[in-house]
Amino acid sequence: MGKRVGMEVAIAAVEAVALCNIDVAAVYPITPQSHIAEHMADVIHDGRIDSEFITVESEHSAISACAGASAAGARAYTATSSQGLMLMHEILPIVSAMRLPICMANANRAVSGPLNIWNDHTDIMPQRDSGWISLFTENGQEVIDLSIMSFKIAEDPEVMLPCVVNIDGFQLTHMIEPLELPSKAEVAKFLPPRKPFASLHPDDPISMGCFAMPDTYTETVMAKEAALRNSKKVITRVFGDWAKRFGRKYSVVETYKAKDADTLMLTMGSMGETAATAVDEMRKAGQKVGLVKLRLWRPFPVEELKAAIQGCKTLIVMDRALSTGGAGGPVATDVKSILYGDKKKPRVLNVIAGLGGRDLTVNDFVAMFDMAKKKKDETFEIYGVRE
Amino acid sequence: MNPVQNFEIFAPKLVDKKEYLSAGHRACQGCGEVLALRHILKALGDDIVVANATGCMEIISSGYPQSAWEVPYVHVAFENAAAVGSGVEAALKALRRKGRIADRDVKTIAVAGDGGTCDIGLQALSGAMERGHDMIFFCLDNEAYMNTGIQRSSATPFMAATTTSPAGHAIPGQRTQKKNVPEIMVAHKVPYVATACPSYPLDLINKVKKAKAVKGPAYVHVFSMCPTGWRCASEITIKMGRLAVETGIFPLYEVENGKYRLTMEVPEKLRPVKDYLAPQGRYRHLGPSDIEKIQEHVLREWEILLNKVECMQPW
Repeated sequence: MGKRVGMEVAIAAVEAVALCNIDVAAVYPITPQSHIAEHMADVIHDGRIDSEFITVESEHSAISACAGASAAGARAYTATSSQGLMLMHEILPIVSAMRLPICMANANRAVSGPLNIWNDHTDIMPQRDSGWISLFTENGQEVIDLSIMSFKIAEDPEVMLPCVVNIDGFQLTHMIEPLELPSKAEVAKFLPPRKPFASLHPDDPISMGCFAMPDTYTETVMAKEAALRNSKKVITRVFGDWAKRFGRKYSVVETYKAKDADTLMLTMGSMGETAATAVDEMRKAGQKVGLVKLRLWRPFPVEELKAAIQGCKTLIVMDRALSTGGAGGPVATDVKSILYGDKKKPRVLNVIAGLGGRDLTVNDFVAMFDMAKKKKDETFEIYGVRE
Repeated sequence: MNPVQNFEIFAPKLVDKKEYLSAGHRACQGCGEVLALRHILKALGDDIVVANATGCMEIISSGYPQSAWEVPYVHVAFENAAAVGSGVEAALKALRRKGRIADRDVKTIAVAGDGGTCDIGLQALSGAMERGHDMIFFCLDNEAYMNTGIQRSSATPFMAATTTSPAGHAIPGQRTQKKNVPEIMVAHKVPYVATACPSYPLDLINKVKKAKAVKGPAYVHVFSMCPTGWRCASEITIKMGRLAVETGIFPLYEVENGKYRLTMEVPEKLRPVKDYLAPQGRYRHLGPSDIEKIQEHVLREWEILLNKVECMQPW
């Protein structure tokens, strides 16, 4: 076990990536910003790691530069947030179709308008279908561990897909937590330098990013789909490898006091810890409640989620985003659709909360559990809207 | 097989015989742009990586599962050739330093059309040039969005008719003058900026070689005749390029560290622009007074260029 030190989570994300022998980092300080870009600059300018650092002129160019770098065989990293991620949007599905294993941190922040720099998940949800592996973190230690693992997962020859590690803006990025960083030697053993399947070099000229006519486009979509679905197996394997080497266990769906629970709450990201405290309090009061936490958002862990919620009567799905004019939050609509064909399924309620940095306290989660008890229909609720 | 007869005799040392863009691509008949690209690649040789923007040259050359490219080639999107190139250049630098690729110079090349350079790609281009990547950016300028159906760009010349600047009764074609991107590149203090045209292949090749020799950013703006979009006969492509230069509509020059130099013969009097405008359907709506307006503008721009050649000092 290494020594635990107090560190801001955004800084820790960079310190973790600095252990990963990256070759190129491209970053842009779009508002809102975390300390990731500037600390990455410190690490590289101080010569602590040997990496090229491209201070691009936009987030669109940040992901584009990473695409070029990754296509040329480099381990490429970028970090973004909110509007920056929205600006990258066009390039995200291209990167996954080109099977470029770029890794990215996203400090989850609300999307304008109105301009709001605080936490929610409205930035990552429009990227849901872009073909990226999307992982969520609950605390700083998970940010460190998953940031390192993301390279291993993305670059696996069976996967070769980009990966985004979601870190709740402010709630996580700006927190100072006691954290443990693995040693460089340990990480080097776990994650050797990238060995690309193919790369841009005159020694072996190839064409990348060719266009597809109607007779091949569907097949490329299918290939990406198969790779993304298949990545779950690799993700689980990498989690297992990590647990053996570093002692911290991860799974694609995590549970807390869920086994005998009548009512379960499903969360993603940092709200899991607060919700767990609410579960503790309600358990003390004799209520059979529990928690399910989605670590892997894409590919969606259908079987693992079904196993985790087996036997519960009510499932409250928390969403930190709303599909405006749609059926509710994006997590809930996915959960409902995977359960649709099942004979035995819980009542699924959807609560949208914590938008644009609105705080969610332990009392709020208790109130949401209570609200679920009284609710007659299954329409979604936006929690805490002021009249 | 090389299609040029007696090639072995008259130009063995001037032009690389090897083809880097295979025959069989899907360019239109008489395409000046693909000819420019062919010469550019011959001048660059093997040790390059090309980042190409979406556009004519991309779609004619890279339809899966075929590719005309004999050199490493990547296409990502429309506006980001310079950004993708930045990443390629950074990666080649890092991987070479770390001993993961061969220890020799490989030049990064970005290629885009006038849309991908002067309009949607201008931000990425400005960023890449400002950061000083070791990269040559080629703008293959056919003066409109030809790939998508001849829509106007900021590189479309004054009064030219396109599908989004049609020759209407109220508004006769393009309302604005062509954006001067080479000058914008000079303002970035790019060490080598040049204009070129495939009607002058040796001049083009020399400029490409000069650009390649620069350690850092270089920009070459290549006039790329487009019979399809300009509504002219496909067999007069080369002539159209020469007319553009001889009339002063597209002068050939280079700017080394801020010092301008004409690379064309300076005529006592430029040819009248009507010689260049007349064969093109995109100018068929022009009356004598319109042609006069264009003529005046070309002469004014020519004077400005001559002044730059005379007055601008190297940095």
